Amino acid sequence: MKTTAEIIEHCQYLAEDLDFTSARDWKAADPSRRVVGYMPVYVPRELIHAAGMLPLGILGGGDNMEVIHGDAYYQSYICRIPRSTIELAVTKRLDFVDGMLFPSICDVIRNLSGMWKLLLPDVYVRYFDVPQNFKSNIGGTYYAQELRELKAGLEGISGQPISDEAIRRSIAVYNENRKLVNAVYDLRARSPWLAPSWEVYLLMRAGMVLPVEDHSQLMTDYLAAVEKEDRPVKDNCRVILQGSFCEQPPLNLIKSIELAGCYIVDDDYMLITRWLLDDVPTDGDPIENLAECFINHSTETAAKYEPDGKRKGQYLIHMAKDRAAEGVIFAAPSFCDPALLDRPMLAGALERAGIPYISFKYAENSGQMQPIREQAGTFADTIKLWSEAS
Amino acid sequence: MNTAPEREDVIKESSMIKQKEMITRNYDLLTSTAETGKKVAATYVPGNLNELIMCFDMLNNLPEINAIQNGMRKKSGALIQDAEKMGHSEDVCTYVKADIGHMAKGSIAPNGKPMPPPDLLLLSYTGCFTFMKWFELLRDQYGCRTTMLHVPYEGDGVITANMRDYVVKQLKEEVIPALEEVSGVKFDIDRLRQNLKNSAKAEDDFVWVLESAKNKPSPIDAYFGGVYYVGPIFTAFRGTTDAIDYYRILRGEIEQRIKEGKGPITPEGEMTQEKYRLVVEGPPNWTSFRDFWKMFYDEGAVVVSSTYTKVGGVYDYDGFRHDPDRPLESLADYCLGCYTNRNLPMRVDMIEKAMEDYQADGFLINSIKSCNSFSAGQLMIMREIEQRTGKPAAFIETDLVDPRYFSPANIKNRLESYFQMIDQKRQGGSPMKAA
Repeated sequence: MKTTAEIIEHCQYLAEDLDFTSARDWKAADPSRRVVGYMPVYVPRELIHAAGMLPLGILGGGDNMEVIHGDAYYQSYICRIPRSTIELAVTKRLDFVDGMLFPSICDVIRNLSGMWKLLLPDVYVRYFDVPQNFKSNIGGTYYAQELRELKAGLEGISGQPISDEAIRRSIAVYNENRKLVNAVYDLRARSPWLAPSWEVYLLMRAGMVLPVEDHSQLMTDYLAAVEKEDRPVKDNCRVILQGSFCEQPPLNLIKSIELAGCYIVDDDYMLITRWLLDDVPTDGDPIENLAECFINHSTETAAKYEPDGKRKGQYLIHMAKDRAAEGVIFAAPSFCDPALLDRPMLAGALERAGIPYISFKYAENSGQMQPIREQAGTFADTIKLWSEAS
Repeated sequence: MNTAPEREDVIKESSMIKQKEMITRNYDLLTSTAETGKKVAATYVPGNLNELIMCFDMLNNLPEINAIQNGMRKKSGALIQDAEKMGHSEDVCTYVKADIGHMAKGSIAPNGKPMPPPDLLLLSYTGCFTFMKWFELLRDQYGCRTTMLHVPYEGDGVITANMRDYVVKQLKEEVIPALEEVSGVKFDIDRLRQNLKNSAKAEDDFVWVLESAKNKPSPIDAYFGGVYYVGPIFTAFRGTTDAIDYYRILRGEIEQRIKEGKGPITPEGEMTQEKYRLVVEGPPNWTSFRDFWKMFYDEGAVVVSSTYTKVGGVYDYDGFRHDPDRPLESLADYCLGCYTNRNLPMRVDMIEKAMEDYQADGFLINSIKSCNSFSAGQLMIMREIEQRTGKPAAFIETDLVDPRYFSPANIKNRLESYFQMIDQKRQGGSPMKAA
């Protein structure tokens, strides 16, 4: 049985490997295999899996990659993830990727889809639009057709039809994966000293590059291994981290928040793993099932429209209650429109609910953690010393 | 857009006087709803449904136009800083912050009277992600009824049947019922058809105006002058007989200028020498609009085509017209076809065609800090256009309504170098690199 350290070491290697060796190896094992990349925040990986392809999450270049070419494509006031993603493409690190999906998250990622078309005309590129109308007969109908168009596009890459039965099987595989993801998150919320957030982060990050079955096994192994760990309970405060759903923070940022005295008991990293809140049914029309689940049972985040003004930010308050969180840290990438435009509304909802919060910004290559550590530490101290519950 | 503050030294033509009357009347209508009982829908320029809104006897109030008004009147800087003090990030769109600051100061219209809170927030989510969050922020402030029209992005450069059906369904099942409920007026499709017929008439003349810049010299400036020309058709007047009259008058004036071989009218009079013909991508800066324009006309530079004049609807490139025979489908196609709702390869194709059709000497991007919808990818657009046309391109950076991001000396230097580059290119100089 693998130890926690061994599992996390492997996950860290996967996260830092900017050549995507594991995905390349997966593809090289069989000449018929294809890899389809996707950016945050959500794509239906079930369809890619059903096509026999590897869905590969592209989350930028992180803090270990020097961006040289990518900066020539973007002005200084645009976030870093598109420029490091371009860098990955220009430096041929994604030359094995057969298709790229750019989800509907913001104008920068949207426009990147067009840049990709110009840059790599031979690669299948799709801007994956999702409805902002959440009625089954309007947004649901539109989305189901978008899924069918995506399916046709994937079939075009492989030259093989994707059967309904294959999609149902993939839905079941991802249902299982989501259960395990939720189990890890629940464990961390229950016993955050056992499952530190930087480990959970790396574990989820591994799911961006591994075949889903391998990722599920990894989580199963972690859940078993971590129970055997003897890790001390610290007098940390419990916080939720919000705003990091696209460009990823450096691992050191997560570690710094924890070192500053905060247990992160929920977050919005790799939101794709928990986007759907319920199991997708495995009988009936699989496309309709995926659409229905998206419309009626998907998570709330800044990239989505909230039709009911009274509900704006309520998910965060419920999350704080469910996770027994004492505060919220808004950690958004610089120039991130969705996170930064949403923040005042979420902050207002927290204020009305009496939940303390702090805000700061980062970039995927932020190097200076001391200010963040100080801010998070002060926040933790304030909660511990001055909150009504203390 | 059609919002410049008046100055005595500005030369006025009949079309300008006509537009000023229309705007004044519209603000008077907007600020007198307490007396008239008229209902107000707040909505955006791209994807605005003016023909439909008018079917319900409602008025249309556009937050971007209010931000532009405040930008041109030098008020937006303080409003933006107020919004930042309220917790809005320095990184996000300054239209949003100017609007929120404006609300906090009582939403005073240019006529000095307070604008009423909207009865309906009609969110047309077309070509700009920020719009969606902006309306959530406005709803948070006003607490009024909101209805959303989500317009899918033309990611593959085409309008699919699924996209059109989705928009039409939202119009039928979400937008029209909300307008009926708020206004108390029942929807009459024949009234919509008539409004659309009016739109199409005005659009014909509007396209003629834009295409008049193919003449040498160009009788218009299609960017700085263009923002006035798009005013009626982008805002509260599309579908009205006023708009038809405005574009008829404008067309007559331009026909006369072509006959007389005259160049565009600038704030300091007619431009006498056309030295450089440019295509410009991106919105203008509003806080120093006239200073910015002066940097061009002082050098004899005329903008013969601009992408900004397509942000509230594309009528020239692929011949779209509002169509009374397909009323809702036509509104859907209008929304789907707005410039920033088209993918980057399409935008490059459109610019390339304009460079050729308008015999431009160069391509200039005014990149706006606030507007990722326009700005993300512009450096690639520039490279593509340079490669495809062989014409020199340049890149400057400003902002919409935040005066902190307008650096006159830098911009002037950059433009002067750029014009020298064009001269050098004409003389057979070495291949150009972007300025």
